[in-house]
Amino acid sequence: MFVSYKWLQEYVDLSGVTPAELAEKITKSGIEVEGVEILNEGIKNVVVGYVVEREQHPNATKLNKCLVDIGEGEPVQIICGAPNVDKGQKVAVAKVGARLPGGVKIKRAKLRGEESNGMICSLQELGIESKLIQKEYSEGIFVFPADAEVGTDALDLLGRDDQILELGLTPNRADCLSMLGVAYEVAAILGREVKLPETNLESAEEKASDYVTVTVEAKEDNPLYVAKVIKNVKISNSPLWMQARLMSAGIRPHNNVVDITNYILLEYGQPLHAFDYDRLGSKQILVRRAADGEKFITLDDVERTLTSDHLVITNGKEPVALAGVMGGANSEVTSDTTTVLLESAYFNGATIRKASKDHGLRSEASARYEKGIDPNRVRPAGERAAYLMAKYAGGEVLEGTAEVDVLTVEPAVVSITLEKINRVLGTDIQMKEVKDIFDRLQFDAVIEDDTITVTAPTRRGDIKIEEDLIEEVARLFGYDNIPYTLPIGSTTPGKLSEYQKKRRVVRQFLEGAGLYQAVTYSLTSEQKAAQFALENRDTIRLAMPMSEDRSVLRLSILPQLLEVLKYNSARQNDSLAVYETGNVFLANGTDVQPEESEHLAAAITGLWHHHSWQGEKKPVDFFVAKGILEGLFDRLGLTNRVEYVQAQVEGMHPGRTAEIRLNGAKIGFVGQVHPSVQKEFDLKDTYVFELSLKAVLNEETNALQYQSIPRFPSITRDIALVADKETVSGSLKSIILEAGAPLLKDAEVFDLYQGDKMEAGKKSIAFSLKYMDPERTLTDEEVTKVHDRVLNALAEKAGAVLRG
Amino acid sequence: MQERLKELQAEAIQKVDQSAGLKELNDIRVAYLGKKGPITEVLRGMGKLSAEERPVIGALANEVREAIAAKIEAKQSALEEAAVQEKLAAESIDVTLPGRPVKAGNHHPLTKIIEEIEDLFIGMGYEIAEGPEVEQDYYNFEALNLPKGHPARDMQDSFYITEEILLRTHTSPVQARTMEKHQGKGPIKIICPGKVYRRDNDDATHSHQFMQIEGLVVGENIRMSDLKGTLNVFAKKMFGEDREIRLRPSFFPFTEPSVEMDISCKMCGGHGCNVCKHTGWIEILGAGMVHPNVLEMAGYDSKKYTGFAFGMGPERIAMLKYGVDDIRHFYTNDVRFLNQFAIEE
Ligand SMILES: [Zn+2]
Repeated sequence: MFVSYKWLQEYVDLSGVTPAELAEKITKSGIEVEGVEILNEGIKNVVVGYVVEREQHPNATKLNKCLVDIGEGEPVQIICGAPNVDKGQKVAVAKVGARLPGGVKIKRAKLRGEESNGMICSLQELGIESKLIQKEYSEGIFVFPADAEVGTDALDLLGRDDQILELGLTPNRADCLSMLGVAYEVAAILGREVKLPETNLESAEEKASDYVTVTVEAKEDNPLYVAKVIKNVKISNSPLWMQARLMSAGIRPHNNVVDITNYILLEYGQPLHAFDYDRLGSKQILVRRAADGEKFITLDDVERTLTSDHLVITNGKEPVALAGVMGGANSEVTSDTTTVLLESAYFNGATIRKASKDHGLRSEASARYEKGIDPNRVRPAGERAAYLMAKYAGGEVLEGTAEVDVLTVEPAVVSITLEKINRVLGTDIQMKEVKDIFDRLQFDAVIEDDTITVTAPTRRGDIKIEEDLIEEVARLFGYDNIPYTLPIGSTTPGKLSEYQKKRRVVRQFLEGAGLYQAVTYSLTSEQKAAQFALENRDTIRLAMPMSEDRSVLRLSILPQLLEVLKYNSARQNDSLAVYETGNVFLANGTDVQPEESEHLAAAITGLWHHHSWQGEKKPVDFFVAKGILEGLFDRLGLTNRVEYVQAQVEGMHPGRTAEIRLNGAKIGFVGQVHPSVQKEFDLKDTYVFELSLKAVLNEETNALQYQSIPRFPSITRDIALVADKETVSGSLKSIILEAGAPLLKDAEVFDLYQGDKMEAGKKSIAFSLKYMDPERTLTDEEVTKVHDRVLNALAEKAGAVLRG
Repeated sequence: MQERLKELQAEAIQKVDQSAGLKELNDIRVAYLGKKGPITEVLRGMGKLSAEERPVIGALANEVREAIAAKIEAKQSALEEAAVQEKLAAESIDVTLPGRPVKAGNHHPLTKIIEEIEDLFIGMGYEIAEGPEVEQDYYNFEALNLPKGHPARDMQDSFYITEEILLRTHTSPVQARTMEKHQGKGPIKIICPGKVYRRDNDDATHSHQFMQIEGLVVGENIRMSDLKGTLNVFAKKMFGEDREIRLRPSFFPFTEPSVEMDISCKMCGGHGCNVCKHTGWIEILGAGMVHPNVLEMAGYDSKKYTGFAFGMGPERIAMLKYGVDDIRHFYTNDVRFLNQFAIEE
């Protein structure tokens, strides 16, 4: 809502309060003033001039040579390019030395050989937006009414000597969608009076009810419909001050009748509609729901197809307006209109909201109905509009109204104790102060002992319960005056859950290992959503996505991380490691909340280690990725429960991918991205893993228990084995550990050879075996006995023999 | 004979002084002190001497021998020391060359902000509550005093999956769920961080996905002044002890009264500048007293229990705190952006 400071002064005395001060006060007590615009900022020396003569410029067909009286002695010659400039007009003249918006300075000039002493201005040139300028003048200069005095300040006449407060209204404060509403608010803040606008209707012989009858079928949608009839109106421009006020509020002027309805909309917050009575085609108004498929052309000349959700005003047969949203082209006021039927009605907000949404028509009127209007202003607003039509359109207002009224208006009555106010706010406010606040708000308030009973005026539909009263007290008492305290009473221990604690450990470990944390979008494309998914589930699609790229919830994180690598690679960062922890979404059937599972994914590409001046360069490989996972599981105490099994995963390298198992169950995978997918993302060799973090973090870890440090030395025996190429080191290790228990403590691969010195189909793999007894020093014979057992087991179970 | 010994001593010492290497020195040692050397020669000829002369010459010969040996010893140490010095000099390196990099990543800036806020409130007795990102309409709206058709639902156009299921538009449903779980009993003190989603076109100030962090306290005597005090502690710890806060009335359907909290502008010290749009204040968060409808719907007696709630955007806080100018940076994950947040403040 744009509020003119000058206009507001008609209802509240603002003396001693500058616009900036007023803005600050309003903001602090409840409504955010988002800006204060000074309308004539940077403009000076623009006056009303009278065009005495106009002829075509001798050297330019599109220019006019004008002689203009600017009230300073002899008329001056001004060259003007506006197509509509003419002799006898009163126009805005920027004199030599004038300043216009954007730092423009007007100088004496010669245009095509002719002297020009100033500039005849359009409204755009005076800083008014094109969309706010009456159509007649939007392509040329503005023409003032004939009574404008030559030499006076043109900007003052245009009401530009004003400042506009831009109110950012929250949905509960629809009352401030009107100047009167703002006036009540400002009056409460300043502790001053509200002056109501004047309505002074003369009595007439003819009655409105002789001209029209009103019937409402849909009484729930429209419990109150008031029609007034004004005849003998003369359509012309509305007075300049009214046009100026409309423009400053963001509404384009049209003609006196339409401008008056818009003016009342701004003043009372009550939408009105003016029909051309003679074009209605009947003497009745019937309000009903539209029929499904019923067609109707609104005054923007668009044919609308209606449904039974929409409320229409009809002439008994066909619609003449889409109620509360827009009038019809068939009954619009034109320059020939002589009799106006003025509608002032109370429509149900939800009905209007549906119609404006369905047809994409959000207007100043529909916005107010949707948020709720003051039922007690429907009549006065209509009366005042009729009065203004008599005054500024020369009309005769017929006696009375034609109407339907089944609206019951019950103001909210709310009681609250002083104790409750102070208990909720933590204050020590006195009853006298509370009463004073409600007096300033012009709410009826009655005190009985500790209780105050407040009757909220109908303009404040947001006041319903005790807490609403507490809010009114708090904001006018001032939040600055509320003390600082901390909650008292029983305390709670602040802490992270086990899961949250371990998640932080995971993040810190991965970052310590060299990975950057990324955060990516949950919404992705259908194609990417299921790529690398751990579980085969249906994708979950938005009902109305904004774009195909963000239409489906992800089942995996990796595609997004590959995007991140791609983005960075394209920017000269082709060696990079990132990880993300975040939810993936697993469908559980339609209309059921999906299962959300927190995943951990990482992607590493390019060089893992690079120390250039020492010539060290090592690209990432499978064992880098696996090593990070091993370190992580070590940190979480899960190493003994995790195994890696060669596996095939869609999108992954078929020979370089392992499934990760926790207690034997698959929880994720690690490996190289398939070369064709790498190519798709323009990536070098890229290694990744993705796993269910939920499964990992929900796994209970054993309590930490100290193991005594061995006091006796261990004995190490190295063996080089020849085994089939397909035999994996993991299974050899298992055989070794099993056969060597309990003296054998560890077996570690230290060499692997599968080159051409080996027999075809064979490889050489060497292990270092560590024997130890915590209680004594082992003898060579003891070790040899166990060691032979190990060698026998290897030969028997895996056909692996010592290399000769 | 005495003269001969003195001569030998002077001669040997001169040679030692002139020697330049360990080998040469060893040759001198062998030449003078060896079994075939001149001193041994002299001693061999002692038999010709008288019994009185013999001990005198013998003593002198030993003296000369020891003097030469000591001289050689000293020279040897000097030469060895010089050799070590020479070796060390040859081993010197350019210490200004860069060291071997230690790989390290770091938190995403939003995680950094969220953990900082979490830790701050954990210190004040809060727990961290989390909940689903895909929510039921009931928890996202209805339980928060936003029945179907409520005009305020327009404020946050949402991504629906079906009529009843949507991507949560705020983390407030976690509050509703937590209250429900507590079955009408207090106290509750929680912080709810998480991702939320709204139908916005991504641009410098909007993102269809963003983070939110909310707080909720419910108890038997929770006051507006407690909210003000809590937010004051938060603002000072998060933004600096010299910052002031102010509360402004506002509107949220789930709180009544509702407020917005501003902090004084650091850039201009409250005098007004571009950062604070010439107001001297910067909007940080929304808050309020939990609406009685919300309490009742979660099973609390709103006559007995009151509560406060607050909510803020980690992106906005990161933007203010670190001077980030475009919200999209948080989701592009450009490493040149990410690696700027490695520093622990
Ligand atoms: Zn500032």
